[in-house]
Amino acid sequence: MSVRAPYLTPGRLTATTAALALLLLASIVGAVLVGPVPASLWRALGQGGTSSADYTILFRTRLPRVLLGAVVGGSLGAAGAALQALLRNPLACPHLLGISGGAAVAGVLALLAGADALSPLVPFAAFLGAIGAIVIVTLGARADGRTTPHAILLVGVVFNALAAAALMLVNTLSSYLQAQGVLFWIMGSLSTQSYTLVAAAAAYAVAGLAWLLRHALDLNLLAAGEEGALQLGVDVERARRAVFVAASLLVGAAVSMSGMIGFVGLIVPHLLRLLLGPDHRLLLPASFLGGGAFLIWADTLARTMLGPAELPVGVVTALTGGPFFLYLLHRDLRRALG
Amino acid sequence: MTPLLEADTVSFGYGARQVLRTVSLTLLPGEILGVIGPNGSGKTTLVRLLSGVLAPSAGTVRLAGRPLTAYRRREVARRLAVVPQDPTIDFPFTALEVVLMGRAPHLSALAFPRARDLAIAREAMARLEVAEVESRPLDRLSGGERQRVLLARALAQEPEVLLLDEPTTHLDLRHQAGIHDVARALARERGHAVVSVLHDLNLAALFCDRLMLLAGGVVVGQGSPEAVLTVDALQQAYQTQVYVGRNERTGAPVVLPLPRR
Repeated sequence: MSVRAPYLTPGRLTATTAALALLLLASIVGAVLVGPVPASLWRALGQGGTSSADYTILFRTRLPRVLLGAVVGGSLGAAGAALQALLRNPLACPHLLGISGGAAVAGVLALLAGADALSPLVPFAAFLGAIGAIVIVTLGARADGRTTPHAILLVGVVFNALAAAALMLVNTLSSYLQAQGVLFWIMGSLSTQSYTLVAAAAAYAVAGLAWLLRHALDLNLLAAGEEGALQLGVDVERARRAVFVAASLLVGAAVSMSGMIGFVGLIVPHLLRLLLGPDHRLLLPASFLGGGAFLIWADTLARTMLGPAELPVGVVTALTGGPFFLYLLHRDLRRALG
Repeated sequence: MTPLLEADTVSFGYGARQVLRTVSLTLLPGEILGVIGPNGSGKTTLVRLLSGVLAPSAGTVRLAGRPLTAYRRREVARRLAVVPQDPTIDFPFTALEVVLMGRAPHLSALAFPRARDLAIAREAMARLEVAEVESRPLDRLSGGERQRVLLARALAQEPEVLLLDEPTTHLDLRHQAGIHDVARALARERGHAVVSVLHDLNLAALFCDRLMLLAGGVVVGQGSPEAVLTVDALQQAYQTQVYVGRNERTGAPVVLPLPRR
């Protein structure tokens, strides 16, 4: 059991957030320098370096990809932390609840309807798909005007399977070229050469994170249950709506830029909660920064392990995240039984 | 004197099932009202109506003279605190973090607790003898410690009205009496009004100024412990034989079940 201060002070919030921000920055620099093709930062930044091969590799190929990893990982981490609090279930995550799946289906449909892959229409469609998934899941879990976190999780798992099947169906029905595009949504990939895309994803992420942070204290109080939170002065319905919309914004943007990447939204908040405690004023920004760093290194592994061939990054997050998560589950189980 | 808490012919039902019918009560500052009755008589539903978690299907609940529905949730939480029956909190929040949650209705959404908030939280914890466990996660505490931490949280809200929903379920004798000593001291010192839902009729007789006996969702007795705890009323409400005697030290009624022969 980790010993931590009995409550969160502004000093500890600032220090921990700054340390994680440094970690993210170091990850960005470090990951840019790693790759199957050697490239020198000195040559790229030297005289006439902008026309060198080193410059192209570092700043046109690797940096946008690493930055996209930071934004997508951060979005999934923060959304996962918020959903775990809202549903009062440490097993909740955008992937498991079918929110990523809903976003992917809507994004693919927008593409098939003729939207340009780089237009802002695709992330917007994905955002609507994420909201749609949440509405369907919460309504499906509602009986007599009441829902339980448990029911939401169950319905989410079923909806997730449905969304995956819908994607497969589209994949089979569409032509070969389109199918490549659809496959990208299912497997997840961070390959991009567009700073515009990264900037758009970052704008969504900052808006979503800021919105979540406004409700950080509400999320803390929800740990007392819906009734308990009401009795502590939380407008539970309003908080729930706000968190759902903000999480959809984060997940929609992340999925539309990179497809469905699992486990980040599950593992990062879980691990950070163990290390830093459950206060969401710290846990939300920490999950954003930590999620970014985690996905950057997962993607670095994905593009170097079999280099020059590439693994889908979702394979790496699942292969590293899965066993770790099983270990956590087992530890919790042992603690609960003994 | 305006009553702090008032229920005016309040009724409530889940679907077609009527759980409470035309219940009325008035609570003045400094009063302790005990709510007693058999399982399923509507005691917990009454607490939910009084705290505004449920809205009555008929009738009105008033807090300090104003209908509960005219308040915002935060305003209610500054005036009325609830100690729940089941003291669980998700995620490993420390005991002090849980007690500080009681200060949330007094703080803006992004504010950190000030020195004054910390002092109030720690004073409440000292009062309930849980100061030593402040840095331990709530889920690592014993049931009794958890219940006292949640009462400390309610005190940290600095409410005028305190609703206790079977607060002694997990407590040993010493702390059963201790919690009610604290409640009584608050009522006397600060003029708090307290509603305590109790299973233990003897505790109710010892610590409450007035009792309300519920059976089948209807008030079947209200008044001083001596007036409410009678053999006839109790046998009618609980559908079992009881013995009612007198506590030699305090003069309060003592109720014991009798074996059915």
